[in-house]
Amino acid sequence: MPKRTDIKKILIIGSGPIVIGQGCEFDYSGAQACKVLKQEGYEIVLVNSNPATIMTDPELAHKTYIEPVTADVVEKIIEAERPDCLLPTLGGQTGLNTAVELAESGVLDKYGVEMIGANLDTIQKAEERDLFKKVIKDIGLEVPRSGHAHTWEEAQEVIEHVGFPAIIRASYTLGGTGGSVAYNMDEYREFVNQGLELSPKSQVLIEESVLGWKEYELEVMRDKNDNVVIVCSIENLDPMGVHTGDSVTVAPAQTLTDKEYQLMRDASLKIIRAIGVETGGCNVQFSVNPENGKMYVIEMNPRVSRSSALASKATGFPIAKMAAMLAVGYTLDEIPNDITKQTPACFEPSIDYCVVKYPRFTFEKFPNTSSDLTVQMKSVGEAMAIGRTFKESFQKAIRSLEIGRDSLDNKYIDANITDSDLVEKLRGWGWDKLWHLAEALRRGMSVDEIYSYCKIDRWYIENFKEIINLETKIKSMKLEDIDAKLMKQIKENGFSDNYLAEIFNVSELEFRERRKSLGVKAVYKMVDTCGGEFAASTPYLYSTYEDECEANPTDRKKVIILGGGPNRIGQGIEFDYCCVHAAFALKEIDIEAIMVNCNPETVSTDYDTSDKLFFEPLTFENVMDIVEVENPYGVIVQFGGQTPLKLANALMEAGVNIIGTSPRSIARAEDREMFNQVVEKLNLTQPFSGTSRSYEETLEIANKLGYPLLIRPSFVLGGRAMVVVHEEAALEECVKNAIEASGEHPILIDKFLDDATELDVDAICDGSDVVIGGIMEHIEEAGVHSGDSACTLPPVSLSAEILEKVCEQTKALAFELNVRGLMNIQYAIKDDVIYILEVNPRASRTVPFVSKSIGVPLAKIAAKVMTGMTLKELGFTEQVKPEHYSVKEAVFPFLKFPGIDTLLGPEMLSTGEVMGISDDFGMAFAKAQIASGNRPPKGGTVLFSVKKCDRAKSVELARELSSMGYKIVATKGTCIELINNNIPSEFVLKITEGRPNIVDMIINNEIDLIINTTVGAQSIKDSFSIRRTALDMSVPYVTTMRGAAAYTKAIKSLKENELSVKPIQLYYDK
Amino acid sequence: MNAILLLEDGTIFEGNGFGSQGHACGEVVFNTSMCGYQEILTDPSYNEQIITMTYPLIGNYGTNDQDYESSKCYARGFVVKENCDYPSNWRNSKSLNEYLKDHNVVGIEGIDTRKLVKHIREKGAMRGIISHGETSLDVLKAELENYPGLVGRDIVEEVSTSKAYQWTQGVENIIGEDQPEIPSERFKIVAYDFGIKRNILRLLVDQGFDVTVVPAKTDAKEVLAMKPDGVFLSNGPGDPAPLSYAIENIKSLLGEVPIFGICLGHQLLSLAMGATSYKLKFGHRGANHPVKNLATGKIEVTSQNHGFCINLDSLSDKDVEATHINLNDNTLAGIKCDSKSAFSVQYHPEASPGPHDSRYLFDDFRSLIKKNKGK
Repeated sequence: MPKRTDIKKILIIGSGPIVIGQGCEFDYSGAQACKVLKQEGYEIVLVNSNPATIMTDPELAHKTYIEPVTADVVEKIIEAERPDCLLPTLGGQTGLNTAVELAESGVLDKYGVEMIGANLDTIQKAEERDLFKKVIKDIGLEVPRSGHAHTWEEAQEVIEHVGFPAIIRASYTLGGTGGSVAYNMDEYREFVNQGLELSPKSQVLIEESVLGWKEYELEVMRDKNDNVVIVCSIENLDPMGVHTGDSVTVAPAQTLTDKEYQLMRDASLKIIRAIGVETGGCNVQFSVNPENGKMYVIEMNPRVSRSSALASKATGFPIAKMAAMLAVGYTLDEIPNDITKQTPACFEPSIDYCVVKYPRFTFEKFPNTSSDLTVQMKSVGEAMAIGRTFKESFQKAIRSLEIGRDSLDNKYIDANITDSDLVEKLRGWGWDKLWHLAEALRRGMSVDEIYSYCKIDRWYIENFKEIINLETKIKSMKLEDIDAKLMKQIKENGFSDNYLAEIFNVSELEFRERRKSLGVKAVYKMVDTCGGEFAASTPYLYSTYEDECEANPTDRKKVIILGGGPNRIGQGIEFDYCCVHAAFALKEIDIEAIMVNCNPETVSTDYDTSDKLFFEPLTFENVMDIVEVENPYGVIVQFGGQTPLKLANALMEAGVNIIGTSPRSIARAEDREMFNQVVEKLNLTQPFSGTSRSYEETLEIANKLGYPLLIRPSFVLGGRAMVVVHEEAALEECVKNAIEASGEHPILIDKFLDDATELDVDAICDGSDVVIGGIMEHIEEAGVHSGDSACTLPPVSLSAEILEKVCEQTKALAFELNVRGLMNIQYAIKDDVIYILEVNPRASRTVPFVSKSIGVPLAKIAAKVMTGMTLKELGFTEQVKPEHYSVKEAVFPFLKFPGIDTLLGPEMLSTGEVMGISDDFGMAFAKAQIASGNRPPKGGTVLFSVKKCDRAKSVELARELSSMGYKIVATKGTCIELINNNIPSEFVLKITEGRPNIVDMIINNEIDLIINTTVGAQSIKDSFSIRRTALDMSVPYVTTMRGAAAYTKAIKSLKENELSVKPIQLYYDK
Repeated sequence: MNAILLLEDGTIFEGNGFGSQGHACGEVVFNTSMCGYQEILTDPSYNEQIITMTYPLIGNYGTNDQDYESSKCYARGFVVKENCDYPSNWRNSKSLNEYLKDHNVVGIEGIDTRKLVKHIREKGAMRGIISHGETSLDVLKAELENYPGLVGRDIVEEVSTSKAYQWTQGVENIIGEDQPEIPSERFKIVAYDFGIKRNILRLLVDQGFDVTVVPAKTDAKEVLAMKPDGVFLSNGPGDPAPLSYAIENIKSLLGEVPIFGICLGHQLLSLAMGATSYKLKFGHRGANHPVKNLATGKIEVTSQNHGFCINLDSLSDKDVEATHINLNDNTLAGIKCDSKSAFSVQYHPEASPGPHDSRYLFDDFRSLIKKNKGK
């Protein structure tokens, strides 16, 4: 029975902005679903607020709504579109929750919309803990024993059946305070009483401890005929206690016998049937007691997940695409295997390599929070590596992370750590535990002893031991004594050229030549889903060191696109979006597109995106190996963010043709001294500035320029270690951090322009023409990182004259820097003077936003320009000036990091972005706020607590809000100012002034909106708990005056007009 | 490099030896199961075969006392990318290396197994010799030249039991999982041992069968004299065509007693009903083969291990119906003959290793017997 013909129109819900725990894997899954269902002839309606996604490209769906993914907005879309059904399983937890809300509130019934893939009952059974437990027990499986208690007496009953050790957690506490483990009755009594006190509802959850157990995950697919297959098994290297998303994971499972694996498989089949996932994918997590194999079911997700993206990339089995096809009625045997084309999809992939996923953390961005791993996910991205052995994959995974580490060397940790501290590290939950584990092995600690501390399976420890033993051997040898056989063995074990060159004290190139002269070269093997049993027609490759190479290079003209590696704050999905567009563009003009990337979440690593995919770390070694096999016409380094740019010079020196803007031009823009000459030559203006390599030098410059100053490292993305310094006292610390982040490059010191308007401009240049893609005005003043600032396209507060000048300057810079392709310039406007802040001759974070806003695929056009086509040929000769407003807003991970301040600054902290579109600026801004989870309140009380210089401005806003019926409360200074201006306002105590104070009011739900600006270390410290409590209590807050002004406009628009929805295709048609 | 694998077409793979020293000839085949090597090594159907595992990391969980499919290791050689000498699993009792040593089986590791697999895929399963130790290439070449391969040979006799015995053990509990309820009504089964796997016997016992295992050459009259309620035809190694004694015995049993066959047993049943067999290019060996049940339309993910196959076309004019098809290559995977109360499958419903999707066939056997008894 083929697909359903009774349905015509399908609504797909996307996952919204990238947040920790919900990354770009849902763009990958959603884009696959849109593509395949459109091919199948269905009319696709899509809603997703995230403009940086491939799925929201206008070609992917018939109607694309870049609107907030909230139940009320999706209802409007349903009302307008009347889809036959809704596919809720591809948009992560957001998609699922929104669908549940729509179903529970009766909206789906009202409009006759059928949920396909998973229905309400199924989702509830999987998501509601008590229901889930019951279902699992009914089918004869076990979950960890647990119970709730409200009193010590109840707790005593619970412990009877839970047993020791037990984890005690206080219920309903905010921010997840974690659990305490009790091993005896005394400890139990203590923790229960503590928990009861901590919990606002006097309730504790007592759970059987499975800490130290092993964790597994199975990816399951089911079709409507009840055919079920397991796509992949995944084993966590870290034991239970670390969130799977933060765990190093390995596929397939390594240490289960077939008997044990089949029991897990049987359990998964029972669970998917009992929970009732009718069609599509789900994942089931298990924990296994390493002492006796006892197995517990931990949870299941009735939807496509992060792990399914990983499993798809690990096996070549496209779970999301299949899930979409199954949802419309196909069965697994009716769908061909994507890779072999000859065999059907109703099989279980067999892989002949080992896959390691390593999470990417950004603790350096949040220095005030614990970097220990817990059950709360904290990683912002991940890298995956494929090799023929675990050792090879693991070492490849480390260097894929781009954290400046390419081995388990002890130079990355305190090599002089005492043995007892080392043991503490092994017992602890630090993200870099494996480096300490390696050090323990180096010091001769036994595998059993290490295991007793960290509970990482001995199999992995033994593998690490082999790596360390080989490392020790290498370190005792001279390069010339290493023969071909040993060299091959070293490379088979995954050691990087760079690390080996360091050991032998030669340059990486010298080492590379030596290795090649011994005949030791990387070969490429195919990911083919079937362990080589059938011929594969899809070129998806990874490197290893063996005999046979399956790369089969063609003799077509080809271009290699270097991707962006793992997502991190500052470099995420936006750059992957650009890389994907580059691949599409090359295919359109008949150039073979070869993608290199190592991020399993992305669309770029979908083997469908390019003509050929190399799943490899983005290092000089790995890229050169590919270049030598493929011999491409050129390499694109402009699109993947800082990752490929860092390689540009080395590649160019190795003779690789870097297409587009040359690395020399890039250096001219990045190098401060060279850039100063450019600015001078063009007669443009920059803030006064200087460069320095030491504190003393910086101090001298500071004294010359005067405060405030903007201090930053060069050659980094995302404003790493970038700060505004207002006084000399704070200078030294900032300079130290910046110098550290800058590495070999000098740090930059700029005179900071207080209260200037910042602009972002994206443009394309082909050498003879420059076309402006878009000019974005930042909502927040200069000083807030452009990635964290909201912005609007077109600008709202600048004169046409200024904008015209900005365009002229952009063109002049593009020509002077000899740009071929994309460039991004940041300007600050103060007192009608245009200052150039920085120029980036590469794809920027804003390219997808601008493209969505103006309806022109800038990255695609730029890629074609880079291959030599002209803008005239491509028909893009004039700036598109839309009549509607597009507002971008940033989304932050603060909630995941207890104790972090939410103030914005020059260091980028956001993980994702949303877009609001409307013909009215206020409404566009309102939509962006709703989409980012900062929904303006319909009424209620607004709290003002602003710094002195903002008081005058707060008068206007308070008047406006007051006239719209909001009650105003304010701290002393602001309050007096308001009352003096005849604005009714109540006085509230600051935290330092006594009680009840602001924080009490926030906790008591007496505040509906907070406008809080602050300056200076002490007052930032004093007002911290206002912002943190607002965040924890989900009260909307704004921390800049400009932001508050825009927010007030948004409130006004929402008061005056009803929020309406419109697909982007209609905005472009105008 | 102290070990080699030499193929009949002259291709040589050099690697490191593990397991026993020495050399042995066999048919070189590959298996795509990612785990379950202990079951594979002890499956008598692998008699005279040199097994290559496509999954590169083998030996990770060692070997244990429960996962045997027979008392011996029948493989002639074992080829892996990386053998693991530090197994980790709570049931582990012996490393793979020690196990192979104990059973005099030669292993080779460190070769490009994917290259070997692709070679076999393209050229077909072929004769080969595996060597660990000092033997010269010329000696190996000579031995390989004299090795006849599997086609047309009876290699069942050497793996079959020499005398009849009772089997009483059911599927063992590994981690306290739910145990099946054993039906109280008991039936008597005679199982022909052409190289029977223990998990078949265990599952037969779990059906409430009293199982008598008999040697491959046991005469049909002898079997009928035991008054069985059903006869089971087991899996086994090699080519079914030369096993004329078995085919004749099955012909005599057909119609007299319900019959269920697995793998070689399926081929023999088909041949007894007039079908023909042929050798597959490189066989089906793995735990992920999709099979469609033509009666229900449902798909089973199956465990497979066979180098020969029954011609689907050769059934057309017989009193036989195709019941299952392998979806990878549309080859025949199961038949039945209602008039004679017989059915069989080419694949392994007993799994071990592999998925349990097809265990219902043991229930079907029971139902068939019950129905037949009621007649």
